[in-house]
Order: sequence, then structure tokens, then C-alpha cells
Amino acid sequence: MTTAPTAPALAMPRIRPGRIVIWTLLFLGGVIMVTPLIFMFSTSLKTAGQVYDLRMIPAAPTLDNYIKVLSDGRFLRWFFNSTIIALTVTLSNVFFDSLVGYTLAKFRFRGRYFVFLAILSTLMIPTEMLVIPWYLMSAEFGWLNSYWGIMFPGMMTAFGTFLMKQFFETVPDDFLEAARIDGLNEFTIWWRIAMPLVTPALSALAIFTFLGNWTAFFWPLIVTTSQELYTLPIGLSSFAVEQAIQWEMIMTGASLATLPTLLVFLLLQRYIVRGVMLAGLKG
Amino acid sequence: MATIALRNLVKSYGKAEVIHGINLDIADGEFVVFVGPSGCGKSTTLRMIAGLEEVSGGDILIGDQVVNELDPKRRNIAMVFQNYAIYPHMSVRQNIAFGLYTSPLSRDQKDARVTEAAKMLGLEALLDRRPAALSGGQRQRVAIGRAMVRNPAAFLFDEPLSNLDAQLRAQMRIEIKRLHQRLGTTIAYVTHDQIEAMTMADRIVVMRDGHILQSGTPTEIYDAPVDVFTAQFIGSPSMNLLPAVDAGGRIVAQPGGPLLVGLRPHDLVVGVPDGAFTVSGEVTAVEPLGHETLVHFLAEGRPVTATAPARMIPAIGGTVQASAAAGALYLFDAATEKAMGRR
Ligand SMILES: Nc1ncnc2c1ncn2[C@@H]1O[C@H](COP(=O)(O)OP(=O)(O)OP(=O)(O)O)[C@@H](O)[C@H]1O
Ligand SMILES: [Mg+2]
Repeated sequence: MTTAPTAPALAMPRIRPGRIVIWTLLFLGGVIMVTPLIFMFSTSLKTAGQVYDLRMIPAAPTLDNYIKVLSDGRFLRWFFNSTIIALTVTLSNVFFDSLVGYTLAKFRFRGRYFVFLAILSTLMIPTEMLVIPWYLMSAEFGWLNSYWGIMFPGMMTAFGTFLMKQFFETVPDDFLEAARIDGLNEFTIWWRIAMPLVTPALSALAIFTFLGNWTAFFWPLIVTTSQELYTLPIGLSSFAVEQAIQWEMIMTGASLATLPTLLVFLLLQRYIVRGVMLAGLKG
Repeated sequence: MATIALRNLVKSYGKAEVIHGINLDIADGEFVVFVGPSGCGKSTTLRMIAGLEEVSGGDILIGDQVVNELDPKRRNIAMVFQNYAIYPHMSVRQNIAFGLYTSPLSRDQKDARVTEAAKMLGLEALLDRRPAALSGGQRQRVAIGRAMVRNPAAFLFDEPLSNLDAQLRAQMRIEIKRLHQRLGTTIAYVTHDQIEAMTMADRIVVMRDGHILQSGTPTEIYDAPVDVFTAQFIGSPSMNLLPAVDAGGRIVAQPGGPLLVGLRPHDLVVGVPDGAFTVSGEVTAVEPLGHETLVHFLAEGRPVTATAPARMIPAIGGTVQASAAAGALYLFDAATEKAMGRR
């Protein structure tokens, strides 16, 4: 008997030089990404006088800023607005994008290909070009300064429809036909059979839509004028202007605004990674 | 319980007609098996009966009712698919109960049906499992259970066993047949496996290129195939065919002859000195099966398969002579390939 065979098991796993380079780069990238977040959080714990003292860990951390921000009714209002809007738009996308995607994937009808191309082609039009028509339309219909005005452009998206169509195509027809023979109507087949089979895609769609709407800035800024209806990002930027750059307050607001995003990421990390891979995006 | 009738049934996809006006009557409680090569239109026919494909011409009757325009659910039929089509996000119990989704039965009645079906199919212990944790055979049983709970007028099966291994397939064949005997429900069953057709069917329907070539009991089709195609399709190993002439009452092999003589390998025996028909040739391969040996040889340049008694294994490269007894010969017209009787 010799101890030789056990030696490799105890030794450090062999590390290839290429790996070290990759890890170093990833680590540096991570640091670059995280630093502003840490600064945001640390500034939110400082008093006004300490803001330009660039220490990572504040000398005397305090929660005063949070109390101040939260006791200002407007912030809660904006937080509430953002939550309602992001949730509604997300639910709407999950429902309608998949309904249309399913129809395009699983039903043969005249003009199907044309409809699909028409939807897809809207992906090529940048938001900046659409804002003016949206605005004119909202003004015409009296949608300015309303939740609906903020939400309507995003209630359905071409990307979501396309994503869901691709996924519904992977659902075998047999599943749907078996249900048809069992007497389910088409809506129930979609809801009870097809939807549960594409949950990974649905969660990806939900996450992307929620985050996109939570952080949306350009359109909500244009369509709202009354502070009552601001979403968080708009509210925070107005904060920045009127507070004459009180960084600690701005950073406190920003920290609070980031919270849901962080929560979504932490809780649904698994799905996000899978979703990104599924959607074939680069993250 | 129901009869099913096809009257001049036609199916076209765009301009391409794939079913060319077929006629068939399936009796109440009959087990009919559709066989034929890939692409001959078996699935299309079955799917039209189920209501999953529109009828392009002719009529389908279930009972006395023309069902051409009826939704699948109004036809009271159940279908079992090749890929089982059981739902991965539901338990076995939920899958079986799904057959009763729209049924007006009470919850207790539904539960009773599910339990009864599970018992019949030996699935009781698996009711709370997910399909992912089942074997192929178990999954197929779940699919059958789901069809059974509905008490349909007829079952339609589309190649239900083709994803199973040979042993399981043999076992499921027997189970489905037993189920049929027990329930007595009309069954239309599609397969391209002639063994399934022979072993399970009350009646076999042989299809080719969107036509029905022949329909009859397994023995009828085996004993009296209407043409060369059916003769070669039914029976394993496949029937030998050799050009021949009728030389004054005796059939002899002759290249380019006006007849084709068909000989089932089982009837063509090596080492028997003489019979109604004799061929000889050089052995190319032997397959000892234990109880007998399959002998492949070339006669007049054509491959022929014969059988040899168990312990007699001819050498490869040697010459063998094989003959068939009177009554074992199938004659066909070489030009039309239609049957001309037995000899
Ligand atoms: N949706 C369709 N569009 C056009 N042609 C089709 C369609 N479905 C089937 N066909 C054609 O109809 C013919 C019959 O197909 P079918 O699926 O009924 O064959 P099958 O006998 O079931 O074959 P297999 O044993 O391979 O399942 C084939 O030639 C096929 O190409
Ligand atoms: Mg088929």
C-alpha cells in the first residue's frame, strides 16, 4: 500500500493560467460594477457634512436620511406609483404577449406570417421616434398625467410576443390536440396546458418587463407633469434639482429605489440566468 | 359503443391529395388496425376520425351521425398519441383525471373513475408521481388511463407503442388487447409494425399511398393477400418473390417469366428433396434461431430466404436446394402484381 494515489485528491485543483486571467478580469469588472452601488449606499448613511469625505464606511453612520426621505410623503407616493405601474405592465405583458405569441405559434390562419412580420418590424423603431406620436395621441385622448398614459406604450411588446412565440413553438402539438379531444376550449388549452409548459420563458419575460418599467425614465418624464404621478426615477431626479444637490438625500432615495431591483435579482437569480440564456441575450 | 364508417373519404393539403376516397366500415366493438408504410396516410385518416383534421371530401359517420363538421369533443372518442401527450406539470392522477375535465360528473364519481382506471392499468402506486418519474411503458399506461376514464364510444391509437423497446412492446400489445376484450369498445389502431397488426387486430386494413389495398382478418390477409405489396408487407420474414412460368401445370422459376411466385420463408424448406416448387443457389448468410435456421441464398441472382431445420446449418458459399410443398405457393401476375390464387 502506498499513499501516492490519495495525494492528488488532497492537492489544490490545478489552475490553468488562462483561468487566472479570466478570473482577474471578471473580478475587476465586478468591482467596477459594484463600487457605485456601495458608494450610493454608504453616502446614504452619511450626514450632509460628510458627503465629500470619500470613505467607504461612514465615520458615524446614521439612518436619519432614510427617516427624512420616508417621512416626506412624496417619496412613498412615487414608490407606490412605480410599483403599481411596473406590476400592471408586467402582468399585461405576461398575459397578452403570450396570448398573441401562442396564436402565432400554434394556429394556421391567413395572414399569420404578415402579422408576425408587422409585429417584429416594430422592434426596429427606436423609442425616441415614437415618443412624439405617443405624446400627441395621449394629449388627444386626455391620457396625459395618468397611470394609463404612462403604461399604455408598454402594455404589450413586440419583443415579448416574439419571445413567447418562439417558446410556444417548442410545445408539442400532441399536448394541445389531446386536450382538444378531451373537450377543453381553446382558451383553457392555452391557459391550463400551454402556459405551464413555458414557465421559464414567462418568468424571464416577467423579470425583464418589471425591471425595465421600474427603471423607465424617458417616457414617464414626458407624459407626467404633476408630482403626484411621478414614478420613482422621475421623482428622484426632481429631488436632485429641488434639493440643490443634497447628495446624501438623493443617494438615500436611490438606495430605496434599488431595493426592489436587488430583491428581484436575489430571489429570482436562477430564473434570470436561465431567462437570459433562453432568450439568447447577452445579459 | 359505436360503429365508425368512412365513405369516399378524401383529404387534401392544398393541391396535394393524400387520401384518395377510402371506404371502410368498423363494426361496434371491433379492433381495427391500420397498417402501411410511412407516409401512406394512416395518421391522417385517424386524425380525421378524431376531428383534428378537416375532411376534404366524403363523410365520416360515428354511430349513425355524420360527424364531418363536429368538434373533436362532440364526437365522444378518445385518442392515445405516439408521444403519450401526458402533461409534465401534472401528477399521474391529475393527468388521468384530465380526461374528465369537462365531464358533468361529481368529484367523487370522477375520483372513482380515476381509481378504477388506475387499478386496471396497475398504476395505483404511482398516482401521485410526476410523468418525469415514470418509465415509457408507465407513461403510455397513463395516457391509456386518461382515455379510458371518459368511457368513449371509440378509442383511437396512433402508433402508441413505437417509443417502447421490443420487450415492453410485446407486453403492452397483450395488455391493450386484454383491455379491449374487457371494455369491448371499438378501437382504431395505427401502426407500421405488421406484428402488432397480426397479433392484435380483429381486422387489418392495409394502406398504401392514400388507398386501402385490402381489409380482412389477419388470417385472410396472410393467406390471401390481394397483391405483391400486401403479401410482402404482412408476415415476417417477408415473402420471397421469383419470376416464374406455368410449365404445363407445374410452376418453375424463370427469369422474366409472366408470373411471380411468392413463397413464405417458413414454407420454403432446405433439404427437402422435392416439392411443388424448387429453387437452389449459393448460400450468402445463415441466421440460426435455435428452433430453426434462416438461410439466405441467391437464386438466379435474386435473394431468397428459406428455413432449415434446427440442427442443420448450411455452410456459407455452399449450394443449397429448397422446396415448397403444394399449396404453399402464392401466384401473382408479373405485370399487374395482382394475386392469381394459391397453388
Ligand atoms: N400538414 C400537412 N401538410 C401537408 N402534407 C401533409 C401534412 N400532414 C401530412 N401530410 C402528408 O400526408 C401524407 C400522409 O401522412 P400521414 O402522417 O398520415 O402518414 P402515416 O401513414 O401516418 O405515416 P407514418 O407511419 O410515418 O406516421 C404524407 O405524404 C405527408 O407528407
Ligand atoms: Mg403517422
